[in-house]
Amino acid sequence: MKRKISMFLVLVMLATMVLGACGKRDGNTGDTNDSSNTDVSSEGDSGSGSGEEKQLVAEIGPNPETIDPALNSAVDGGNMLLFAYDCLLNIDKDNNVIPGAAETYDISEDSLTWTFHLRKDLKWSDGSALTAEDFVYSWKRIADPDTAAPYAETVLGMVKGYDEAAGGNVDALGVSAPDDMTFVVELAHPCVYFDKLAAFVTLSPVNQATIEENGDAWATQPETYICNGPFYISEWVPSSYIIFKKNPNYRDKDSIKLDSIKLLLMEDSNAAYGAYQSGEAMMIKDVPTAEIPSLQENEEFYIDPLLGTYYIDLNNTLPQFSDAKVRTALSLAIDRKYVAETLMQGTYTAASNFIGNAVLDWDGSDFMDNANGGKPYIDIDDFEGNLAKAKQLMTEAGYPNGEGFPTINYSINDAGYHKVVAQYLQQAWKELGITVNIDVVEWASFTPMRRAGDYEASRDGWVFDYNDPSNMLDLMISTNGNNNAKYNNPDYDALMEKAAVEADAETRSGYLHQAEDLMMADMGVIPVAYYNEFYLQSPKITGSWHSPYGYWYFQYADITE
Amino acid sequence: MGKYILKRMGAALLTIFLVVTITFFLMNLVPGGPFVAEKSISEQAQNALKEKFGLDKPLIVQYKNYMLNAFHGDFGLSLKQRGRNVTDIISSKFPVSARLGGIAVLVALLLGIPLGSVAAVNRGKWVDNLIIVIATGGIAVPSFVLCTVGMYVFGVHLGLLPTFGLTSPLHYVLPVFALSFYPTAYITRLMRSSMLDVIGQDYIRTARAKGVSQFFSLFKHALRNAILPVVTYVGPLLAYTLTGSFIVERIFVIPGLGGQFVSSIMNRDYTVIMGTTIFLATLVIVMNTVVDIVYKLIDPRIQLN
Repeated sequence: MKRKISMFLVLVMLATMVLGACGKRDGNTGDTNDSSNTDVSSEGDSGSGSGEEKQLVAEIGPNPETIDPALNSAVDGGNMLLFAYDCLLNIDKDNNVIPGAAETYDISEDSLTWTFHLRKDLKWSDGSALTAEDFVYSWKRIADPDTAAPYAETVLGMVKGYDEAAGGNVDALGVSAPDDMTFVVELAHPCVYFDKLAAFVTLSPVNQATIEENGDAWATQPETYICNGPFYISEWVPSSYIIFKKNPNYRDKDSIKLDSIKLLLMEDSNAAYGAYQSGEAMMIKDVPTAEIPSLQENEEFYIDPLLGTYYIDLNNTLPQFSDAKVRTALSLAIDRKYVAETLMQGTYTAASNFIGNAVLDWDGSDFMDNANGGKPYIDIDDFEGNLAKAKQLMTEAGYPNGEGFPTINYSINDAGYHKVVAQYLQQAWKELGITVNIDVVEWASFTPMRRAGDYEASRDGWVFDYNDPSNMLDLMISTNGNNNAKYNNPDYDALMEKAAVEADAETRSGYLHQAEDLMMADMGVIPVAYYNEFYLQSPKITGSWHSPYGYWYFQYADITE
Repeated sequence: MGKYILKRMGAALLTIFLVVTITFFLMNLVPGGPFVAEKSISEQAQNALKEKFGLDKPLIVQYKNYMLNAFHGDFGLSLKQRGRNVTDIISSKFPVSARLGGIAVLVALLLGIPLGSVAAVNRGKWVDNLIIVIATGGIAVPSFVLCTVGMYVFGVHLGLLPTFGLTSPLHYVLPVFALSFYPTAYITRLMRSSMLDVIGQDYIRTARAKGVSQFFSLFKHALRNAILPVVTYVGPLLAYTLTGSFIVERIFVIPGLGGQFVSSIMNRDYTVIMGTTIFLATLVIVMNTVVDIVYKLIDPRIQLN
């Protein structure tokens, strides 16, 4: 009996607790409702409206896997590194390379030695001095196989002694610090875009003391995360938010207007959209695709170019795809304008070339404008003509009306517009008499499968790491790990090899154009559309910009009410 | 009782061992690996990573190493979230999910039991019908619909409730609502049918015939027997709800264990998959044992052995 009574009492207690809590919540609801019925944005913890602290709240992606510059390979992670670090060089609003931690740099006659002169009195976020030795340490750490940096070869592959360093002898890497303010890099062969690499976040300086003390975990806790950029990290709740605070030790702290940046780490685009609508976020990168039609007229909705191309791989090693005529026919049967503007809701731009949107040529002009003698490779405005040509090519290749052509299995992972495009291809290639099956593969299995060439046709895409056409043209080299189409043309490889070691930027650009000509004539892969980035941003944010690298430059932003 | 718990612990260890072993090998059978990305990293970097995490060794050796380390309480480092270890990930995320899930289960019990009882007592009347309609709806509507509708109506449209995070009590309202709706509905139905069963029995009729009031006969005699199926259900429910829901956590941006579990599987973050599986398995076993003991407390006729 006693036990029963005590159980009953416990239940009553629990009930009162919960009901009590509910009562309090109701009270809160009433309060917020009264004070901010019309302006929801001033409510909550964003602190944007307080006027005391200027905090920019944005959503640029989910929880980063890592924010260690050497280990990061994601664009959103890179964007965070941009807030926290100051590389030797930086990129400005017009995509020009400008001085960063290095005030000036010289290139030797033979283009093989790059000498960077650091600014005076550079400091880490903890106040200690940053010298050229720190860059030596950081760069060697990237080459070190123990670090297992995913981008090591991309950013340091041309540096003298890289192969030996990657083999374990890190001191073989051709970087040195003759004095505290001079950092010297020796290259194995000329690299005309090395200035762009020197501005690439992977090559940010990292603090040796904290890394040696904390190991890999140094980049997981704000206390041990020492950096040298405009902001430092004051708080990070994984999968929730990360707060960047203005770094008082930053070399150019006076031009930083924000007190902090709060990034919401969201995975769900509907959640992000909800946060934007309620005013809790001032900018979101993940806009639900279903909302795009209703946002087209909205001036807070932006579509900006992103360096990169959405393309289709045809497994070149398979007999049915070994003929360039077949590949070209399949390419011409695609109405790119319809795909980009209707199916992809205008968030992509129809692709006539392999290297597209905003990729710069040697003289700063658009690479695309100089390609193919100034003409697009594919006339995207004449789909009827293209389709007729495609049918003719199929006949020439020995498959009139698709007769005798095997069914194509088109592999995708289920994300973005991949499924819509796949369904379109079923319809488009039907015109050539070809049947297409769609094979949806789970993400973690998808890329290894494609890389291993274990597919027939597949979606693919590339977003540039640095603004040089070689970054994407390299993909088509027969030995490149990302050559998923297994395109193999010795002439192409030879051209790319010549380009890689050419010191004269103009001559080199000629080789790159020839390489693209060759790839497009062979239709090694089928370019479909150029990437854009679409996002919502409140007019309250001023002075920030979106770069075609996929980064939002909030460092120099301000908030105006 | 002591002997019983010892016995259960022995069985639990065996179960966990089997779960771990099966998960380990199944997980490795699934194609793909932890070090994949849209841009494949170089062969060299892949090999360096595999060596660093011991994935270059034969599977059976990896298994042996894992078991030995796990036995010493070392669940390793996350393969994806570089620099974080599995124990830290679980211990930082579980409390978040547990607090939310605990409140949700409590709400489900406090609403479901009375609602079910009321429905049973008023069988066939409009109150019963109303409760049944709501409860059936609760079982039919998936939680992501509730999340989205709740978020839209209360967060975006009315602006009454915050739509993400868990920084204030107000933030708990929507996720708790979404999490507790299904179990509330389920408990209501469970409670209703078992209550109907019990109040039809002779001893309740006797009690009523002897002049015991309806309220007293229900709460003193019927509830105790009628609640047993609910107790059975609550054990596993607690284990699953405390460890978090992927959908609810994703939509409301809650840094809990449920989201972590699913994303570790998608990412093939082997060590995190193992760690969370062991944790979940242990929790389920513990909860089931607790349920058995609670049974004994409620109904002394039940023999634990």
